[in-house]
Amino acid sequence: MRDISMERVNKTREEMLDTVKSPTLTHEQKVATMANLADSLLEVLDLPEGLDELLNAPIETQCICDLSEGHAPLRPRYIVPDYEKFLKEGSKFLRLGPAHDLLEAMNNLLILYKNVPSVTNYPVYVGALDKLLDPYMKDVDDETALKLTKMFLIHMDRTILDSFSHANIGPEDTRAGRIIMKAIAETCDTVPNVTMKYDPDITPDDYAIQGIETTLKAAKPSFANHKMFVSELGEDYVVASCYNGLKYGGGSYTLVRLILGNIAKKAKNIEDFEKNVLPYVMDIQARYMDARVKFIVEESGFFENNFLAKEGLIHRDKFTAMYGLVGLADAVNILLEKEGKTGLRFGHSKEADDLGVEIMDIINDFNNNHKASYCEATGGHYLLHAQVGLASDKNVTPGTRIPIGEEPDEMIDHLKVLERFHHYFPSGTGDIFPIDMTVHKNHEYLLDIIKGAFKDGIRYLSFYASDSDVIRITGYLVKKSEIEKLENGENVMQDTTALGMGAKHNGHILERKVR
Amino acid sequence: MNKIIPFSSVDGPGNRTSVFLQGCNFNCRYCHNPETRKLCINCGDCVPKCPVHALSMVDGKVTFDYTKCVACDTCIKTCTHDASPRIRWMTPQEVFEEVKKQVPYIRGITTSGGECTFYPDFLRELFKLCKGIGLGALIDSNGSYDFSKDEELLDVCDGVMLDVKSWTAEDHRKVVDFSNEMVLRNLDFLAEKHKLYEVRTVVVPGLFDVEKTIREVSEHIKDYPEVRYKIITYRPMGVREKYAVEMNPPKKDYMNKLKELSESIGVKTVVLV
Repeated sequence: MRDISMERVNKTREEMLDTVKSPTLTHEQKVATMANLADSLLEVLDLPEGLDELLNAPIETQCICDLSEGHAPLRPRYIVPDYEKFLKEGSKFLRLGPAHDLLEAMNNLLILYKNVPSVTNYPVYVGALDKLLDPYMKDVDDETALKLTKMFLIHMDRTILDSFSHANIGPEDTRAGRIIMKAIAETCDTVPNVTMKYDPDITPDDYAIQGIETTLKAAKPSFANHKMFVSELGEDYVVASCYNGLKYGGGSYTLVRLILGNIAKKAKNIEDFEKNVLPYVMDIQARYMDARVKFIVEESGFFENNFLAKEGLIHRDKFTAMYGLVGLADAVNILLEKEGKTGLRFGHSKEADDLGVEIMDIINDFNNNHKASYCEATGGHYLLHAQVGLASDKNVTPGTRIPIGEEPDEMIDHLKVLERFHHYFPSGTGDIFPIDMTVHKNHEYLLDIIKGAFKDGIRYLSFYASDSDVIRITGYLVKKSEIEKLENGENVMQDTTALGMGAKHNGHILERKVR
Repeated sequence: MNKIIPFSSVDGPGNRTSVFLQGCNFNCRYCHNPETRKLCINCGDCVPKCPVHALSMVDGKVTFDYTKCVACDTCIKTCTHDASPRIRWMTPQEVFEEVKKQVPYIRGITTSGGECTFYPDFLRELFKLCKGIGLGALIDSNGSYDFSKDEELLDVCDGVMLDVKSWTAEDHRKVVDFSNEMVLRNLDFLAEKHKLYEVRTVVVPGLFDVEKTIREVSEHIKDYPEVRYKIITYRPMGVREKYAVEMNPPKKDYMNKLKELSESIGVKTVVLV
């Protein structure tokens, strides 16, 4: 382990004391922050040369960002346990046997959730709840099943204090899935995040319509292009955390992101960006990820010692890592300005969008040619990920989205831009549309849009009612009323509320164009 | 062509592209887009008022530059003839090209207006083009067109959304300055032909006998379970000032009562808007 300066130690100690005294952080939030600060003092990774100036810089100039994963990762960032196996076989470590009925299934799951680590310390994936619970609902009447499901969901919302926690339903129609959607619409809570895997050849229209009705009340589920994910990751994929496509029984070791706008600022022109600056930064990010993955697998001892791995609920060889990026729109606009083409904006001109595609092709080619160790589950390569941003991001546009405030007037023109970019990101991308409920009482309208979008290569769509309390920030849910509490200096339970508040002020997420 | 709305959730089932044609023979007191009623007479009043100089007089005709327009509606507010300078003459093929941009996000188109049946040749051709690529086609009509004499049009359209603005002839003249004889004939004819998708009535208390209208329409469509009845709350947005001052929106309770009335007569789907 390398030495660090006393100055850095003392700065961290100051931050720790501030954390202890914070009037707004809850106890759990303080403990998590203290752990991150302690971790920040470690220097064990074999870092690539040149990383420091790209990584340790203010948000206006930072080119690579590791999203608070810490200096000595003690677990993979995202973990996706095999909950089916767990319900069938129980867990020796947790001293739980197989679940025999609905009550046992729900109770066992709630216990396991408290023992699944992640970057947030809460589980980022809580299972395909419809498939998990449906067999146990056979002998339970609708009313009891709904009541138990609501209690199960409320328990999750009040104990998993982070809305990056994700459940999946679909694409098949199940009784459990319908009951879960009903419970979601009645509870309108932020946890868990929910995705409906949708395939028009498998999912009945009325099931999808119930999904739409539910999301217009509770801002979830989002809709995932099932055919597209299956073609890339296989049938055993899940959608976890924000909207991340990962392998069941595996997860992602790490997620690091390129901040493309800031990388573009360093370039003289488009040619310099594409030939020199971007390749230089991409290479350093890839080698930084290599070092992180190597440490987790070879040194942290996680896969040797954690009960999830020991009991076969996760498998090291189903893990991969996510090569992330933000700010494609920013990079395109900055580069066009450098070329003197100030009138052209990403999302509004073919030339600008073409440049976006050109940049994505370069990143995609780079990633496909970079051999990643311990990623055999995804062909020995990392997966591209359109990262949704951080609360502290300023003038950074999420993934490949069109910046808020610049959305095209017509939704069709907006969708036509998405079509060109969603296919690059098997480990996740997505776009969000607030819907004016005074106009759109016709839910088949949204179903037609989802069907068309998925036919034309869009991966993932989210909708919420523009007048809803619970809303989707970037990839996670927050209640506007909870943000207000936090703004007034009150404690709030879920750590994601603070992120939502940051995104409201820095990312203008309440100003999205209403459709 | 007045305008094309690429995505519409309010002009029939699912997501549709709505095509608004210019010109109408009715003068509905509550019309919320009166600028679609007449064709421009080239008086030029709107030209100097345009703040971005999108309008000009060329050879005695008002000419419109789409690229400059900021949709501020100053021209429409200026016009004293219930017209708009922002209209275009387009062929069915040209409109079809605009519609195709929304495929596969839409399930069909709806032609509206104005009164789109002023242009039956255009509709037939446009609908044929749409059918050719699997798109549905609905007509939004005031019912003054004799559909019984245009089988070809009915063949290529999926159905008509028909306005029944009031039941008695006297009331109808008061509401729109036009007879409703053809409207009522179309109501029965289209229902029998299974080409009636929806009937609509805008509710303005006191302007006409609302309850009689709801009752009679319900009686006429109750045996056709596929026909929806959309009962619409009058709203003053966009309505001409001289008429708006005399009309008030109905209360929510009243609308609910009308829905119950229609359902009690046997209409399967009643939608309040």
